[in-house]
Amino acid sequence: MDYGIYQDKLTRIVTDIARSHSLWILAYGTGCGAIEVPATMTSRYDAERLGVRGAATPRQADVLMITGYLTVKTLKRVIRVYEQMQDPKYIIGFGSCAINGGMYWDSYNTIKQLDLYLPVDVYISGCMPRPEAVLEGFAKLQEQIRAGEARGATKYKENLDYYRGNQKKIIKNWDFPDYNW
Amino acid sequence: MEGILLHILGAIATFLLAFFVGMTYGGIRRKVIARVQNRYGPPIYQNFIDAFKLFSKTTAVHHGAMHLLGPAFLIVSAVMALMVVPVLRDNLWFTNLNFHGDLIFLIYIMVFGPLGMALGAGQTGNPNSAIGVTRGLSQMVGFEIPWVMALVAIMIKYNTTSIVDLMNIQNEVGQWLIFQNPFAFIAAILASLGMFRYAPFNIVGAPTELASGPASENGGKFLFTMMSAGSVFAFVKLTLFVDIFLGGASNLIVLVIKTFLLYMIPVLYGVVNPRYRTEQAVTYFWGWPLLFGFLAIIYSVYF
Repeated sequence: MDYGIYQDKLTRIVTDIARSHSLWILAYGTGCGAIEVPATMTSRYDAERLGVRGAATPRQADVLMITGYLTVKTLKRVIRVYEQMQDPKYIIGFGSCAINGGMYWDSYNTIKQLDLYLPVDVYISGCMPRPEAVLEGFAKLQEQIRAGEARGATKYKENLDYYRGNQKKIIKNWDFPDYNW
Repeated sequence: MEGILLHILGAIATFLLAFFVGMTYGGIRRKVIARVQNRYGPPIYQNFIDAFKLFSKTTAVHHGAMHLLGPAFLIVSAVMALMVVPVLRDNLWFTNLNFHGDLIFLIYIMVFGPLGMALGAGQTGNPNSAIGVTRGLSQMVGFEIPWVMALVAIMIKYNTTSIVDLMNIQNEVGQWLIFQNPFAFIAAILASLGMFRYAPFNIVGAPTELASGPASENGGKFLFTMMSAGSVFAFVKLTLFVDIFLGGASNLIVLVIKTFLLYMIPVLYGVVNPRYRTEQAVTYFWGWPLLFGFLAIIYSVYF
């Protein structure tokens, strides 16, 4: 009898539980959503009891939080930051600006739909979402990780041409290095 | 043959104990900080989850051989220091490489890891790492002086440089060294505030200021290695303090109680303090700790 499958499955389950209880976030503070992150982390809502903790650099982070609208200029930086993060990595889109443009829906230099450019795992709706909603978003992401469904990074690698095409349509002066992950 | 086998098994057991205790103390520290800030805080075993997660992350980037060696230097120096420090008094399992002069060897080996890490951080090319390294070396210049003076005071007083001899002397006299030479203890404990690099002396890895300094380009398994090395090294420092000043420990429960009480000094000092600037941190150690270091030497020579 081959025990390898069960061994792999067990390893995956244990790893996923550990990953879901230790989310180090890189809060990319675009827009006004960044003001909700300190409220989530400090004494009233205390996200650290769920294992959510701030990371200092992209290399150390697991979750990229995009807290609000993205201009074309910041989109370029966000893509660089996302590609510097190490697998497994997840993205949380934060507020209505990341979902459909929100109040910037007809702006000339912001993007409207974030998941055309980067693979978003969880969206948190609201303008702005309160800390309760942010915590619920983290809980949703934890559920997804435990179920093995948070596959944003894999999706990004498999459909890289699609994402790169969308990104290049928006970013005119494209000078990215080639990554090999 | 059996002696060698016991030594090897003892070394592994010592490492596992140091890893477990150091990680748990780190978790307790996070809990204490959270309670002081009126938060609930993460569970005590949170550090183990973080370490497991970091170990399970992929590492697809490196900046060269020295960058790979940096965290390895850290953990090698932590384990080397662990092997020299006797964990328990007269115990077969937690044997150590005891020799005359191991206290002097320890002074050298305790700065070996940070220096290796400095080389590794230099190769990443991250400006934050370079600033963190310069800050760390400046701070080391600060706290090494009172630390060495405290140890020299003890060496003068008892004419020995062996940690096991110091433990035996304390037990023969029946009085801990903290009472025999209190100035040395004060100088050493003030120096240990800098050694632990908790607030207000966390100028090296200042997360909001330097993006975690030398660690800023290290994620995943690198960070796991650095975290383990930090935990083991914290255990080494605490056990060394217990051995030198508190008469050692005869069993593990006594060791845990003594080390935990000592560990709370830098933790509680840090919780209520903001971060110093580099020159403030260095001049702090050249103030009162240095004075207590001089007093300790004078006390050892004349009393």
